[in-house]
Amino acid sequence: MTAVSSTGPAAFLGRHEGLRGRLPGAALPWVEALRDRSAAAFRAQGFPTRRVEAWKYTDLAVVNASVFGEPLTGVDDALALPAATNPRAVFIDGRFRADLSTLDGLAYAVENLATALPQLESRLGALVRPEEQALAALNGMLFEDGLVVTVPDGVEAGVLELVSYATESERAPAFHPRHLVRLGANASLTLVETAAGPATARYMHNPVFEIEVAEGGRMNHGRLQQEGRDAFFLSTVYARVQEGGTYDNFTLNAGSRLARNEIHVALCGPKAECHMNGVQLLADGQHADTTTALDHAAPNCSSRQTYKTVLSGKSRGVFQGKILVRQIAQKTDGYQMNQALLLSPDAEIDSKPQLEIYADDVKCSHGATVGELDAEQIFFLRSRGIPLEQAKAILVEAFLTEAVEAVADEAIRDALSGAVTGWWQRQGIQGGIEVA
Amino acid sequence: MLKIENLHASIDGKSILNGLTLEIPAGEIHAVMGPNGSGKSTLSYVLAGREGYEVTEGSVTFGDIDLLAMEPEERAVAGVFLAFQAPVELPGVGNANFLRTALNAVRRAKGEAEIDAIQFLKLARARMKVLNMPDDMLKRPVNVGFSGGEKKRNEMLQMALLSPKLALLDETDSGLDIDALKLVSDTVNSLRGPDFSALVITHYQRLLNHIVPDRVHVLSAGRIIKSGGPELAQELEASGYGAIQAAAA
Repeated sequence: MTAVSSTGPAAFLGRHEGLRGRLPGAALPWVEALRDRSAAAFRAQGFPTRRVEAWKYTDLAVVNASVFGEPLTGVDDALALPAATNPRAVFIDGRFRADLSTLDGLAYAVENLATALPQLESRLGALVRPEEQALAALNGMLFEDGLVVTVPDGVEAGVLELVSYATESERAPAFHPRHLVRLGANASLTLVETAAGPATARYMHNPVFEIEVAEGGRMNHGRLQQEGRDAFFLSTVYARVQEGGTYDNFTLNAGSRLARNEIHVALCGPKAECHMNGVQLLADGQHADTTTALDHAAPNCSSRQTYKTVLSGKSRGVFQGKILVRQIAQKTDGYQMNQALLLSPDAEIDSKPQLEIYADDVKCSHGATVGELDAEQIFFLRSRGIPLEQAKAILVEAFLTEAVEAVADEAIRDALSGAVTGWWQRQGIQGGIEVA
Repeated sequence: MLKIENLHASIDGKSILNGLTLEIPAGEIHAVMGPNGSGKSTLSYVLAGREGYEVTEGSVTFGDIDLLAMEPEERAVAGVFLAFQAPVELPGVGNANFLRTALNAVRRAKGEAEIDAIQFLKLARARMKVLNMPDDMLKRPVNVGFSGGEKKRNEMLQMALLSPKLALLDETDSGLDIDALKLVSDTVNSLRGPDFSALVITHYQRLLNHIVPDRVHVLSAGRIIKSGGPELAQELEASGYGAIQAAAA
């Protein structure tokens, strides 16, 4: 038996070698080729260090130094999930659990990737370049399962929930689900994603999404990241939108010790639209990074981004937003706003907007602000009898309002406000504003 | 109701109040008049508990409690209300939600039942009608885009809803037209009674034609240099502060 490194890229590369014949799709040459290409890309990059420009503010050294294990199979039937109000696909430690999911009678197809794999040659990996993103490469090498949604032309699919739970485990599992979503022409879907796990367990959740929206399609993608406080959440979303289509992404980054929320959207047909909004709520010891890359690759498209970060304790937030306007993309309308609210002198926010414009008839702007709660506003609220902590909560809610109100989908907005309230309660603060 | 004794207060090391003594019995309205820089706003902020002011000497008792030992929200709950000279804007905070949150915070602290959204709206609309405020001011964010007069009327709405025992009006008349001035005065006068006192801080005698004070005090360099009846305000209006300052020097 040869010694295998227990940490870092070598541990994951060793796992790929060891599991080679047993990973899903092992008998399919194209899957093998995809895993090998991804492995080569991951071997070349490893976990990026801060010397890599895209990772300047987020240090993966702690991930690199951690020991991870395989998820166990078929465990934890005691898991108490809230009753499903919508169709729901449940993944435990990255693996689909039909017994916990409710997916009957849908007018569109929902499958799990491990089962559907033989039919996915044209889709899996179509949007990902593993040579350019180490975490997507890691995912491509070791993915086992994921959600595969296919909405036919003209079908309004309504709400689908994607629930990912990590189980309590000594093994510190690392899992790398690959989710594929395809919307046909004029189809629509609201995908509400929840990622959560035990409060204190160490694990790595490294999902990759490949989302294709055809002409006139509309995808609302709401993401509530509420992973356990010792987890690593490393997520990469790739979306491609055709003429007249819309991709809306709202991400709440509230959990995990270290989160990377990386979103690549390409607007490939005229009049395509993208809205990316998000809220990061960070408490002591947390690091969250939202990195967006918007590719305006067709004329008359518009994009809107509003990100708000609230930082308390010794936490660190990162926003990197790149807007690329290609020469062909005349009449582009791009807007990006990134605002941070520091509740503690020990918190830190790093912000890097980046505009790269090759067309000459475009409207493109960005802005960034960093501030603290306003002492006069706090005093005003207190002078009306509102206790200090509640006054702060009201002002933080007000700060977040703009990003939350930009969410068009009601289901996502409701889930989000519930998650924000939950965050406050975990901070020990009861009650923000009362609604009259 | 309010007893201020030998109050000294400073901000950023600069002494603003220099031995101010003033007593307002329950049920009385007193006016404090003084030139710019005499310490009028500092007095109202120190009484309401704003951070940044250091009380170096003296005491303030409200009823039988030590006001200076309390947090701003405790003072509000105990019945102290400060009407701001320049009310702050709260973008993203709906006015109705703010008003109901404040009202219930006070009610909760007093051990009273909280009021629900429907009761609240009924109450607020009735008050707003008296103040000539359109209903849509409930939906708008607090003071955002409000004119100067609207902001002051919104302050009066808060005062009417919270029904304090002691109102501190910090130059509430500044920037008001005559109609708004009348509405502010009417609100204060409507609260008049044996359990309501007010300290009306102003530059001008004009407001005191509408809110007739029981006593008038002249503030100069952080101290009360003269006190008298309502006629003192008229005297000041006629002769200016200079004569009284010279006489007191």
